[in-house]
Amino acid sequence: MRFVDEYRDDRIALALVDEIRRTATRTWTLMEVCGGQTHTLIRQGIDELLEPEIQLVHGPGCPVCVTPLALIDEAIAIAKRPDAILCSFGDMLRVPGSQEDLLMARAAGGDVRVVYSPLDALEVARRNPEKTVVFFAVGFETTAPANAMAVRQAKLLGVENFALLVAHVLVPPAIVAILVSPGNRVQGFLAPGHVCAVQGWREYEPLARDYGVPIVVTGFEPVDLLEGILMTVRQLEEGRHEVENQYVRTVVRDGNAPARAVIDEVFETCDRAWRGIGVIPKSGLRLREAYRAFDAELRFPREGAPASESELCMAGEVLIGRVKPDECPAYGTLCTPESPLGAPMVSSEGACAAYFLAGRRRVEAPA
Amino acid sequence: MCLGVPGKVVDVFEEDGIRMGTVDFGGITRKACLEYAPEVEVGSWVVIHVGFAISTVDEEEARRSYELLAEMGNLEDIDLPQTPEGVRAEDYRPAGPAEAGG
Amino acid sequence: MSEDPGSDAEERPRDFVLQCPVPLPPGASVLLGHGSGGKLTHQLIRDVLVPILGDVAGSELARLGDAAVVETDGLRLAFTTDAFVVTPAFFPGSNIGELAVNGTVNDLAMMGARPLFLSAALILEEGLPLEDLGLVVTAMAEACRRAKVALVTGDTKVVERGSADGLFVITSGVGLVPDGVEVGPERARPGDRIIVSGPVGSHGVAVMSRRAGIEFEGELSSDTRPLTGLVRAMLAAGDVRVLRDATRGGLASVLNELAESSGVSMVAEEKAVPVLPPVRAACEMLGLDPLYVANEGVCVAIVAPEDAEAVLAAARAHPAGEHAAIVGEVVEGPPKVALRTGLGGTRPLIMLAGDQLPRIC
Repeated sequence: MRFVDEYRDDRIALALVDEIRRTATRTWTLMEVCGGQTHTLIRQGIDELLEPEIQLVHGPGCPVCVTPLALIDEAIAIAKRPDAILCSFGDMLRVPGSQEDLLMARAAGGDVRVVYSPLDALEVARRNPEKTVVFFAVGFETTAPANAMAVRQAKLLGVENFALLVAHVLVPPAIVAILVSPGNRVQGFLAPGHVCAVQGWREYEPLARDYGVPIVVTGFEPVDLLEGILMTVRQLEEGRHEVENQYVRTVVRDGNAPARAVIDEVFETCDRAWRGIGVIPKSGLRLREAYRAFDAELRFPREGAPASESELCMAGEVLIGRVKPDECPAYGTLCTPESPLGAPMVSSEGACAAYFLAGRRRVEAPA
Repeated sequence: MCLGVPGKVVDVFEEDGIRMGTVDFGGITRKACLEYAPEVEVGSWVVIHVGFAISTVDEEEARRSYELLAEMGNLEDIDLPQTPEGVRAEDYRPAGPAEAGG
Repeated sequence: MSEDPGSDAEERPRDFVLQCPVPLPPGASVLLGHGSGGKLTHQLIRDVLVPILGDVAGSELARLGDAAVVETDGLRLAFTTDAFVVTPAFFPGSNIGELAVNGTVNDLAMMGARPLFLSAALILEEGLPLEDLGLVVTAMAEACRRAKVALVTGDTKVVERGSADGLFVITSGVGLVPDGVEVGPERARPGDRIIVSGPVGSHGVAVMSRRAGIEFEGELSSDTRPLTGLVRAMLAAGDVRVLRDATRGGLASVLNELAESSGVSMVAEEKAVPVLPPVRAACEMLGLDPLYVANEGVCVAIVAPEDAEAVLAAARAHPAGEHAAIVGEVVEGPPKVALRTGLGGTRPLIMLAGDQLPRIC
């Protein structure tokens, strides 16, 4: 596949590993904030290849993992209603709510459908006019333009039985939250390439400047990640802290203007609770007044028991990189992908699941 | 939420008032919304995420930056990893016409 | 079952009280994942079905081969059964009927048997167009001719609208294992080479391409085909110790099952596994790993190391094996499978609990 295979070239990747080792004169701690990047780094063992000079810690880059527990419970409640159909991306189906997950809700008779695109959910709404079709709109800024278009189309075409359960989160406030958290050891960031394809990287410039950290917009294949890490390490060695772009074939500084315009038309920023971390101000998106009629939370007001998390789950610490998954006492024993205590063990991009599936064990898991 | 795959636009059409395209990912095609890539035409390369083009692929930038990387891969005396019995990983690759998976 | 001790159980009517010998978690129910071919399936079989069947099953069921090999009157018969519930019933390259015949033929071939006779039971949903039924049965007839088997007995039932996805097909098959042929899941030894007979992921992706919500077009086609000829060629070329067709759960699941049955570890090379380009593209789009995607025309052969090259050559010379490749080896160790990346790292290739879900992350 063009524009993919070339960036999986082992010779180039190993050459970059060598160059990173030659460049680093001391240990540096870097963080990536994108589940897709975490996935590749762990599966290809890149973090282990770069140790001990480079320590990679993983940020809250998995929107599936940080979607608030209350919204998952809400989605499950909606799915169980006979007058509703819940459409979702596949990733969300196994994320544990307070009692169960969407897959279990489906097994119990709830109408839960996996879709590839939010426009498919709109299509389901058009084909099922007697039911309310709710799309579980999770994701970072990358997915917001798609979700915005679905709602915009719903309004334009008069599809009134369509609603959005909005759980969007934004990356820059999360980076700030990490930078200001006590005991933060992250010295440089890889910024998520596809988030920046939409948003550009302007909003990262004040962060690099004010907090004195290099930020490199990076792609997703092994060569991209290693090149991004090399660029970050070079900045650190040279005492620079700027925003640079590794993912030049896809990202420009101003991002995607038409996409940002539609996001802006449909959504506005709001405070958002990140599962495991807590409320980060102005870190979420919600529907604007003009589109509020399509808000699933207003159509199906939440009732029932308040959301409750496992007390053992250390997702919050893991998501901000303070603890590595295999340092959590429950990791691999009480908490496994089959019986997860929290979200990062479920999504394959969640750091805990990524570690587990790559065989990183602190405690040998019982068979 | 980052899974974006590059593909080539092979057809452009309109559906429900929005600009759509057929995108070829190397043997399979799927329709995608092109509203966020208004400048693309048949032959353009785009990155598709959840059925939407979120960006174009700048072929010239890609070529330019890749040349430097490729040089790096060639100049270095890279030993590809060996398997336990000393048989090189390359020896396991099929010689046939199908591409090896990665 | 309660039974008066000392009485002839076939003569007297019994109070039919069933007591399940295996403690089952209260309120537990069957999940879709139990049918995925992964860990949940294996747990269901191993922890619920096999123990309940107990002495009735005997050791052959517990062997968990693709077919049972039973001996009677000096003949070794291979005997297998399979249920086909694929949705949609018609997908690029094939339909449920051809799948059923090839699937059963291949299960027999995987034990080294010559497939001979098939049965077919059809469960039809009320309302199924007769034309669809006709196409399915036509495909079954064609597949039987191609595989040189006879369909000698069958059954047909109809269930109410909504109780079956169009139609279900259940096939059983009988074959003869020639003298001297010994193939079984427990026979892998450290040092043996692992061969995959063709590119993986084609069937699952072809079926998925027709599922609502995921539709895409392209050069995708199920790889369903009878593997009898290919297996015969491979067996003639050297010491093939294990054969298994890589169906549900994909190549990764098969390697795990075989590692478990043989009590060995395995190492596979990620970049050695053949995958056709459009299949790879589809997997990229959906965020799927081709190693876990179902196949219907691919088998894994575990071969003595000195014969590996010869068996590989024999496979490649056969139309069903033209993309065959050596993808790894068997090593000493506990039952687990490791995957080596092109960068030299390894990670475990685990058995998934249930089905892979398409991801967007």
